[in-house]
Amino acid sequence: MIRDIFSFVSGSARLVLQGNRWYFAWITFLGVLIVWGVTAWIQQLNQGLIVTNMRDQVSWAFYIGNFTFLVGVAAAAVMLVIPAYIYNWKPIKEIAIFGELLAVSAIVMCMLFVLVDVGRPDRAWHLMPFFGSLNLPSSLLGWDVLVLNAYLVLNVVIVGHLLFTGFHKRPYRRRFVVPLLLFSIPAAVGIHTVTAFVYAGVAARPFWNSAILAPRFIASAFCSGPAILLILFQILRRTTSIEIKNEAIWKIAELMAYAMFLNLFLFGAEIFREYYSNTHHLIHTQYLFSGIHGHRALVPFAWGSLIASVIAFLLFLFPTTRRNLVTLNLGCLLIYSGVYIEKGMALVIPGMTPDTLGEFYEYVPTLIEVRIGAGIFAIGFLLFTMLCKIAIPILQESEDPAEEDLPQAEVAVP
Amino acid sequence: MSDADHNRQTPGDRFDRSTDRRSLLISTGLTAMAAVSASVAGASTRFVERLLRTRFTELSSERKAEILADLEQEYGERYARKVTVADTPPMDGVEFGYGLDIARCVGCRRCVYACVHENNQSRDPQIHWIRVLRMEKEHGIELAESTAYYEPELVPEPDAFYLPVACQQCRNPACVKVCPVKATWQEPDGIVVIDPDWCIGCRCCMSACPYGARHYNWTDPTIPAAELNPDTHYLGNRPRPKGIVEKCSFCIQRTRKGRYPACVEICPVGARKFGNLLDETSEMRYLMREKRVFVLKEELNTRPRFYYFYAT
Repeated sequence: MIRDIFSFVSGSARLVLQGNRWYFAWITFLGVLIVWGVTAWIQQLNQGLIVTNMRDQVSWAFYIGNFTFLVGVAAAAVMLVIPAYIYNWKPIKEIAIFGELLAVSAIVMCMLFVLVDVGRPDRAWHLMPFFGSLNLPSSLLGWDVLVLNAYLVLNVVIVGHLLFTGFHKRPYRRRFVVPLLLFSIPAAVGIHTVTAFVYAGVAARPFWNSAILAPRFIASAFCSGPAILLILFQILRRTTSIEIKNEAIWKIAELMAYAMFLNLFLFGAEIFREYYSNTHHLIHTQYLFSGIHGHRALVPFAWGSLIASVIAFLLFLFPTTRRNLVTLNLGCLLIYSGVYIEKGMALVIPGMTPDTLGEFYEYVPTLIEVRIGAGIFAIGFLLFTMLCKIAIPILQESEDPAEEDLPQAEVAVP
Repeated sequence: MSDADHNRQTPGDRFDRSTDRRSLLISTGLTAMAAVSASVAGASTRFVERLLRTRFTELSSERKAEILADLEQEYGERYARKVTVADTPPMDGVEFGYGLDIARCVGCRRCVYACVHENNQSRDPQIHWIRVLRMEKEHGIELAESTAYYEPELVPEPDAFYLPVACQQCRNPACVKVCPVKATWQEPDGIVVIDPDWCIGCRCCMSACPYGARHYNWTDPTIPAAELNPDTHYLGNRPRPKGIVEKCSFCIQRTRKGRYPACVEICPVGARKFGNLLDETSEMRYLMREKRVFVLKEELNTRPRFYYFYAT
């Protein structure tokens, strides 16, 4: 057993260290971004969060916005796992594992974004159950720490087991994997619901204090996460021998169209309530979409996000544009950037502008914040690249019809 | 009311159960780690001890005394003067309440700066626990129309009145509920406090507070040594590090010894009142009986111990 683990680790390391010129150029590019980010983080550690543009009025911003968006990306693994394993829909099943690899990378990025946002990372152990003093059941952030870590462990175990057995050309243990896979579905919904509740539970911030925030989070996650995967699948089938049928891509695109409709509908419901009732609480939405007293920093982003989401929805709605790879990819980019703004900056910042005493402090991120953010994304992409590098040869082998060991016929969910 | 009751438990009630097990875990595993890392990294023992310390409220009284002495020594070295750090406990039968007469306040902001000096807030960048909002008479109390940045030659201005806001010391504090690490809680005398050695600086409480009463040390606070108030309390005005949240503690270092908060003492027009809500003869109970009081943002059910009134 120990020898098996050792050969898996050394085999994986060998896979990661092999590649063509483009692979190493990509790794170098990510490495440069990581160094650029880490040096900014060191500066932030020395001087404090004053190097950001966050202040008492807007005390959460870029980092927490990115965290929120990435929780959605991580949750989107279910988007592929549900149809693959519940409906036993084969074309997607083979590639569901990439959703889980993405989930692992996204959760790691989430945790890094929280780490750079807290003022005392040296005290992060206070959040550990038993050793620290996790404030359960009352703190939603406490619950978020628990579910995010559980979700990470769950996905690492599933992916680790699938790859380990695949590497040694053994069938994986169904009794072990299938229950975990099924459990990862509610867990994915759970991480996004709890993250939404961190905001929705704050009565002091009417912009967040909405019952449909959690459904909106989940709807938008079902748009942005699969968008990354659709593009990845097209890269994979060009550069490797993994066969991903158009059928699978179209099916995912169709599911995304439903999610986009729901996302726009829930957004419209929120907008109606705000503008028709026209209370003091409207001021946050007005700040976002039309600006107030000349404070207009978010206005172009808000409209850009909305227009991108509507165009992406139309592209995904009509089968002709959904099945054309050019318009499909355009739609993916549009929905990804639309949700990135909507669930990031356009959620966190207007919630705090104006602040609880009516003061306008207009926030825009500093270069340091952008550098740290870029560094974290680079770490996430590096991790995802390496995981894919390990997974691809294993999946390629499993495509050999004689072996048939990976997710294909083995999983029979009633 | 179960929520309120839960929040009013003293820290001791809540933590005694788990203290033994946790302190055992920590004393075995973590002190070994501490010793190793201290010798390897050459880190100062004070740093490592701080890093791995248990919550202040869970410590034995001997350990607390050691920590207070250690803090006194550290501050003494840093500011080159004698500093005392007390942990004066709440008085029995006392629940503090605050009254603010909007009709009298002239917006001079002496309270703001008296508070800064008393409670050792950072001078650069400036941190103010009290925010005086200038309201336009035309609108009445309307936060959206208010400003904290008014600079007239003379106050009060004819078309304005003033509403000072600080921590409302809620009976149902949203900030305590959201803290992920129990670094902030409500004391038996009603004061909502923060343990500066336990806060991780996540700023959840700042999102949750409806009154903008919580302030963050975005960088190392600076206090000129000559201006330092050396009479400090562990949970109140002792010098704080960067990266943590701080707030009004009803001048815990004064009020637990029977003195008035600094803002009450300094107010030149007597707009600020303070007293024991459990004592029927106190000034607070008198004005609640004889005047008509109200609280800010009552719809949020925070139930402040900070009452506003118009005593015309």
